[in-house]
Amino acid sequence: MTAIKLIRMLAWAAVVALAAAAGLAALGIRPGNLDPGKLPFAAQVGGPFALTSHEGKRLTDADLAGKPFALFFGFTNCPDICPTTLLELTNRLAELGPDGDKLRLVFVTIDPEQDTPAFLKTYLTNFDSRILGLTGTPTEIADIAKKYRAFYQKVPTSTGYTMNHEASVYLMNARGRFVGTLSHQEPADVQRSKLKRLVAQSS
Amino acid sequence: MTVMTQCRARRRVLRIAVGVSLLALLPTSMPHIAAQTPPLPTYKLGDLVITSASVRQPPKGARVAGGYMKITNTGKDPDRLIGGGAAFAKRFEVHEMAMEGGVMKMRELPTGLEIRPGATIELKPGGYHLMFMDLTEAPTPGKPTKIKLRFEKAGEIELDMTVTPASGADTGHKHH
Repeated sequence: MTAIKLIRMLAWAAVVALAAAAGLAALGIRPGNLDPGKLPFAAQVGGPFALTSHEGKRLTDADLAGKPFALFFGFTNCPDICPTTLLELTNRLAELGPDGDKLRLVFVTIDPEQDTPAFLKTYLTNFDSRILGLTGTPTEIADIAKKYRAFYQKVPTSTGYTMNHEASVYLMNARGRFVGTLSHQEPADVQRSKLKRLVAQSS
Repeated sequence: MTVMTQCRARRRVLRIAVGVSLLALLPTSMPHIAAQTPPLPTYKLGDLVITSASVRQPPKGARVAGGYMKITNTGKDPDRLIGGGAAFAKRFEVHEMAMEGGVMKMRELPTGLEIRPGATIELKPGGYHLMFMDLTEAPTPGKPTKIKLRFEKAGEIELDMTVTPASGADTGHKHH
């Protein structure tokens, strides 16, 4: 092998490595997106579920197949993060234009005691009508949260209770595979480009 | 080229440079101007000064609303926000929110919120906040929204909260 051939091979290897790194970065897969201790492998995030929609209909993961989706856990008795995330997703959907129809947005309550289908329906009228609200029995909610490795916990207070919960939005491709997250702390244009990439890679 | 035209050309370059740099300033300074109006009232209670008292307009149908403000203790002794309430909510608590490893954690401050001498405590989204729960009437921008706060030493005060529109929450998060 000549020296020139060797150099050429090394250069191509570097190009491939860079492309792979750029690809992973583009998908939003990088350590620190979620608690690394809770997220050993992307393949272990997500899975089958059976819940009830804000329209009162039973809905499973199979109903979401074929389109990428963004899913997050929250509750309506949340003063700040949850309504802000819903508002951000509403605005990002509007910015995506026709591409907004190529993905689904899913809000899963971790407070099924308060968040009945009827209540979710009223609450979601404040946001983009394409956002799907999901609730269920406490067991069903515990099951989906476990599959998404989403922490949540009831916290008693002097007059009632509040909830601790995972703050990230999960980005899932059309096959229901975890490909990254959105954070409420990142700028609108970053959220927008992540959603655009989610749509592009799935079509 | 004469000395005159050289001078003129240089001045023109300077003018363009100043113009361009002013333009560059515009987009960043505009949101700040918008955010500062209208001015919010300042309240005084003993050694405490309360400013920027606001409630975030809750989504339609919501049962809770968050309240925010800045409280400065100008005195020599610590004080403590220990309670309060509002006619538009059945329940009131003082909460702290914190992000821990991607988890949003909420907790009630069991002994209230301490304001040390000389300190300014800011209640804001993502941190300390007032929780108005079981709303009987939704705070609405432009409508009087009175609340009461009770401090351990300074006593009780009534505030008229400014209601900030819900749509203002998505700012692109440039201020985090």
